[in-house]
Amino acid sequence: MFKAKVIIKRRPSILDPQGKAVEKGAFHLGLTNVKDTRIGKFIEFTVDTDDRQSAEKEVNEYCIKLLSNPIMEDYEFTLESAK
Amino acid sequence: MKSKFGVVVFPGSNCDHDAYYALKKIMNTDVAFLWHKDRDLQDSNVIILPGGFSYGDYLRCGAIARFSPIMNSVIEFANKGGIVIGICNGFQVLLEAGLLPGVMIKNKSLQFVCKDIYLTVKNKNTIFTGSINNEMTLKIPVAHGEGNYFADDDTLKSLQDNNQIVFQYSSKEGKLDDEFNPNGSTLNIAGIMNKTGNVLGMMPHPERVCDPVLGRTDGKMIFSSVLNSLN
Repeated sequence: MFKAKVIIKRRPSILDPQGKAVEKGAFHLGLTNVKDTRIGKFIEFTVDTDDRQSAEKEVNEYCIKLLSNPIMEDYEFTLESAK
Repeated sequence: MKSKFGVVVFPGSNCDHDAYYALKKIMNTDVAFLWHKDRDLQDSNVIILPGGFSYGDYLRCGAIARFSPIMNSVIEFANKGGIVIGICNGFQVLLEAGLLPGVMIKNKSLQFVCKDIYLTVKNKNTIFTGSINNEMTLKIPVAHGEGNYFADDDTLKSLQDNNQIVFQYSSKEGKLDDEFNPNGSTLNIAGIMNKTGNVLGMMPHPERVCDPVLGRTDGKMIFSSVLNSLN
């Protein structure tokens, strides 16, 4: 069994209005050095197989077809053995 | 024989009954609700993907609805030339399903916009716009938080080259400008169709302006166009 941790990021070329709004909050907190806030997603799940290759294949498919939208997002993931 | 519309119902759809009412009572067509877990399109001639918040808009708007059993049939139907209209959340579902190009991101203002806007009919030679009076803009409400249409330059060029941009946000007189763009959409895009011209996605809600008792009937012209093209 593997534990998968996926991070989904919006492409740098795509506007992130949410990140901009949150950054305004940082400004009001007095955190004037905070710049370029971008908000993505963190998703974790387990993959019930002992074969790393097939686990990777399944995670890739999950990411490409559902978890991310390849038109505007990139993803990366890690796979750790889990009991 | 009457034309038959199928209105898909996803968990979280909330404009399905408006669409049903407008088509049944105002347009006088046969209409059936199509449950998202079913696969049967019940011999519909036109499929409507209605507005709402399918699957709570979780993950991304339309991302989960796209994998509903009924969507397999809708995609197959569309690929065979069947007429599909996605309104608001339905437009987002069509984008996620890859039946239309591009994506929706949050409105530039970050606010949910719910108001009447004017639409210029960019392409009058479609099955969705053929019966619209040439001179006029349409006044139709929008109601969405993520209607900011985005696509890369190649996609936008292809949309323009193939006359796939159907509706654009404009002034009452048809002037295209940022000030008339409610959500920041690229090229003021409010509605596009696929290359073959049988799948339309639009953010404004034509079903909300069909009944004369509500003051205006601009939305009727879109459904009339479709009905006229079928007959």
